[in-house]
Amino acid sequence: MKRFGHRGKDGKRSEKTAVAGISFSVKKGEIFGLLGPNGAGKTTTIRMMTLAARPTSGEIRYEGLSIREHAREVKELLGIVPQHINFDQDLTVGENMELHARLHHMGAAERRARIAKLLDYVELSDVVNDGVRRLSGGMKRRLLIVRALIHRPRILFLDEPTVALDPQVRRRIWDMVKDLATEGVTVFLTTHYIEEAEALCDRVAILAKGRLLDIDTPANLRAKTNLPTLEEVFLQMTEKKK
Amino acid sequence: MMEQRLTDIATVFWRDWVVLKRRLAKFLLSRMVAPLLYLVAFGWGLGRSIPVEGGTYLDFIVPGILALNSMNISFNSITPVHAERVYHKSLEEYVSAPIWPDAFVLGKLLAALLRALLSSAIICALAFAFGARLSITPLFLLVLSMNCILFAEIGFIAAMKINTFEEMGQVNTYILLPMSFLCGTFFHTAALPSALRLIIDALPLTHTSYLLRALGTGTDASLASLVVLVLYAVFLYVLCVRTFRRLSE
Repeated sequence: MKRFGHRGKDGKRSEKTAVAGISFSVKKGEIFGLLGPNGAGKTTTIRMMTLAARPTSGEIRYEGLSIREHAREVKELLGIVPQHINFDQDLTVGENMELHARLHHMGAAERRARIAKLLDYVELSDVVNDGVRRLSGGMKRRLLIVRALIHRPRILFLDEPTVALDPQVRRRIWDMVKDLATEGVTVFLTTHYIEEAEALCDRVAILAKGRLLDIDTPANLRAKTNLPTLEEVFLQMTEKKK
Repeated sequence: MMEQRLTDIATVFWRDWVVLKRRLAKFLLSRMVAPLLYLVAFGWGLGRSIPVEGGTYLDFIVPGILALNSMNISFNSITPVHAERVYHKSLEEYVSAPIWPDAFVLGKLLAALLRALLSSAIICALAFAFGARLSITPLFLLVLSMNCILFAEIGFIAAMKINTFEEMGQVNTYILLPMSFLCGTFFHTAALPSALRLIIDALPLTHTSYLLRALGTGTDASLASLVVLVLYAVFLYVLCVRTFRRLSE
């Protein structure tokens, strides 16, 4: 559970529960989608899971490690691709990658090889010495993803990874995500594009107003509701909650 | 554990060094302007003929200029952390990384110290060129470094707590600017009304000015002033680590 303290215009302090009663487990190599309308609690859930916000109560464990007692070890396991672009604007493409590698305690030879390989994978080797400001939106998105992969995370969080991208770049990112899952990386995906979740996710969790409505494979969710697409399932479930 | 902390400090420092190296010439040139004007106006033009405490006014103000300049440079060297946190969000990289919070703080403080010491070296070179007499001892450098560290700490806390550029500017206007002029930099604090002096004597820059002047002219330095600076530096360091740690709560 996560509660936020809030001071209103009258100066009085009140508390709001952002998410509560959410419980699930995810298998290794699974692509797990977190869906919900705006204000459903997706961001708060992801922030708690990526140690960017501390839960007011409850427990989050990765491979048996509690985030409370083993924060540093858990951070080594996670790769985080935020929704917004958060590069260091004073560094080049290569320097941003190197900073990430250094922050994850990688040795010089290993980080050089890994950075070269990943930049090559997303066809950004040519811009390694360019400032990140000069990259296009699609290039920035690809760079965000490979930066999160430098230290070989076992669990990858993708928060709206294809927002505002053209269909070609979106498809390339989908292929990357599928490749990662095949290699055994567990992927958490939040997205507003329901067709993206349907195409990629092994299972999805649907949230509304900070509560978990259902959790299942897209096929089972369609079968349960007798609806033809995940989008219609999503709309029906979240409409009911209103 | 200690080895990993040192690696983390080196990483944080490396990032700032990469940025500084790229802009080193611009940085050094821009840092010459203000001290050069102070030296010309107050030292050379106004004060070379005014005797103060057995020396010239130029000898008197050089330690004061060093104190206020190191304060400004170290504070402003660390305040880009504010933009990294609020606007570019690039601070998230450090928060989500498995690094020690105290290592992040130390890396940033050391980078600010380097910038402020480079700037101070320029002032010393200019001051000697203007004919100032100043004795630079290891203790003098220690006091100067402590001043840089503690104002970098204030900059760090401001960068972590304040949410707008405008409010960051207000720290300069309401805290640093008054200190620049009132804390024994351009004139002795004995000239101030006693009530105001009580406040001024509690501020760290006053003690830096006292110490640098005493050490620079080879007279007895106050141990009490040294203790005040150490206490400020330690207290602010604890606050810095706490504010960074709280970013993820």
